[in-house]
Amino acid sequence: MVIAHGSDEQKARYLEPILTGEEIWCQGFSEPESGSDLASLKTRAVKDGDEWVVTGQKVWTTFAQYAKWCMLVARTDPDAPKHQGLTYFLMDMEQDAVQTRPLVQITGEGEFNEVFFEEARVPGANVVGGVGNGWAVAITTLMNERAGLAFGAISQIQNSLGRLSKLARDTTSNGATAAEDPYFRQRIAQLHIEVETMRLNAYRGLTKTMQSGIPGPEGSLGKWQWADINQDLTELALEIEGAYSMLARGSEHAVAGGAWQYSFLRSRANSIEGGTTDILKNIIAERVLGLPRLR
Amino acid sequence: MYFDLNDEQQAIKSTAHDFLKARFKSERIREIAASESGFDEAGWKEMAELGWAGLALPEDWGGQGLGAVELAILFEEMGYALAPSPLLSNTIAGLALAAGGSDEQKERWLRPLAEGSLRGTPALIDAGGPAEPMKFSMEPGEALTGTKTLVLDAGSADFFLVATADGGRHLVEKGAEGVTVTAEESLDPTRRLFSVRFENVRPEATLKGSGEVYHPVFHRACVALAAESTGLAQRALEMSVEYAKDRQQFGRPIGAYQAVSHRCAQMLLETENSRSAVYGAAWAADAEPESLPLAASTAKAYASDAGWRVPDAAIQVHGGIGFTWEHDLHFFLKRGRANAAMFGDAKWHREQVAEAVLAGETAPASA
Repeated sequence: MVIAHGSDEQKARYLEPILTGEEIWCQGFSEPESGSDLASLKTRAVKDGDEWVVTGQKVWTTFAQYAKWCMLVARTDPDAPKHQGLTYFLMDMEQDAVQTRPLVQITGEGEFNEVFFEEARVPGANVVGGVGNGWAVAITTLMNERAGLAFGAISQIQNSLGRLSKLARDTTSNGATAAEDPYFRQRIAQLHIEVETMRLNAYRGLTKTMQSGIPGPEGSLGKWQWADINQDLTELALEIEGAYSMLARGSEHAVAGGAWQYSFLRSRANSIEGGTTDILKNIIAERVLGLPRLR
Repeated sequence: MYFDLNDEQQAIKSTAHDFLKARFKSERIREIAASESGFDEAGWKEMAELGWAGLALPEDWGGQGLGAVELAILFEEMGYALAPSPLLSNTIAGLALAAGGSDEQKERWLRPLAEGSLRGTPALIDAGGPAEPMKFSMEPGEALTGTKTLVLDAGSADFFLVATADGGRHLVEKGAEGVTVTAEESLDPTRRLFSVRFENVRPEATLKGSGEVYHPVFHRACVALAAESTGLAQRALEMSVEYAKDRQQFGRPIGAYQAVSHRCAQMLLETENSRSAVYGAAWAADAEPESLPLAASTAKAYASDAGWRVPDAAIQVHGGIGFTWEHDLHFFLKRGRANAAMFGDAKWHREQVAEAVLAGETAPASA
């Protein structure tokens, strides 16, 4: 996003600490009343001299509690049509007017946060892509997120598949291992096949990005597929565990220390975070296939 | 890693696309499908002139010497156009001759095959047997006796490559004494299947290779067929998108409704996955042959499913008109469904993948 839309000064200031990991960023997009319909967001930014004053609330903000910077989309012109009144800011999270509160997930952890802005301040120099152009910048961020998410997730999924195969070899039922069971063999093979198509799709997508410079809406396919595969994979693990799948982390008899129970629960969010699968299908239908919009 | 067609490959694709589009209009496909022989002599001659009969066959024997990627490109377009042609069976026979034939046999049979003046087809599956890929029960010997079935395009072929229990291939001319060819009723009327009875038939030649020599031929055939299924899916997807934009119900194009648009998105996902798997396997065939068996099974398993499910979904998008004989979609469904069962179905290929990823190998390091 900084590469695509940032000024030279912004590139010089922000890119290196991102690459070195010195400065953690979070993404201030979703709000309690603006989830999939992101452009309806209400957090306001009002000009005050050389600064902007931000008031409102964000939600599902991953790692906000550790972040130095926030990629914030706020409404700067309440009278403009909803996609046009938005501006993209780089906000310093280290100020008293910004408060974060963790949300407890179905796994019991707090990875996401609510973030509250009470007249928080952003210098005018921290606008990215120009005032009123926040939607286009946000879309670039999301396309990169989807392209990057799917690509980066492949080695993680391949690793999970390796662990799944081990689980199948180690689990015996009716005198045979799950790895010998024709039903489980078919399902494990299908997951391998789908991961391989996802890997090859990612290479095709990368080739296209290298040619055009910006990831296209096709990245949505990979993110959708990643969510499907990850969910199938963890569901299959619980199926292989059979009755023992009722035991979770902390139980003496839990299989693999309850790791698959955690993964099963965590993966439920895969089709929600970073664009729900239902919305991704809309994007693919409208922007890749050119089907008409319902709205 | 650069994963896209190069300029030369793009040129093959667009030449094939344009030729097939002009040559195989709906009315022509229907004529061929309804004809006695199911064979299009004029179309074959033109394909031979374009060099397609020998596209992936060695240049030394009259072929163009191109690889599995170019073959996949051609067959994806053949599927897209739903071209009724013995090109697939002829190509496989040519690959087998190239793999197992002696120079003399290649001169006599492969050269005319690559040039398009003689057509061959493999005769693999023993009638009444389990129809498993690469497993044959016909006894080898001086003379062959038995019935091969599910033989592609036997009606228009000049010779058969008959597989025997030892994995050998024997060349038998269609006109040889003791050979009887019987047409079957095929689910897919655009590709004919036959049974061929061999009654104490002396082969014209026995190829020198046997067994594993033909495994790469089988895997390349799987990739070509998977490419064809991908083309079927692509066309069915395009027909559906076009229809969903055009067809109005409740005052809107039906493509605006998510029940329809999400179905189309699913069709795109399956088509693109299929394409990625096919070109990944085609690349492996030429560049990394040791990974071809797994890659070919991956591609054939995926494309077996997508190749008929996408046309099936297309029929649902079209509603009633999609169920009529008058609409072309049923030909795509039938070809896709037949392809799904040919050269090992999805279940068989998934089992090969399971064998490769589960059997004996040590588990990758766990996190």
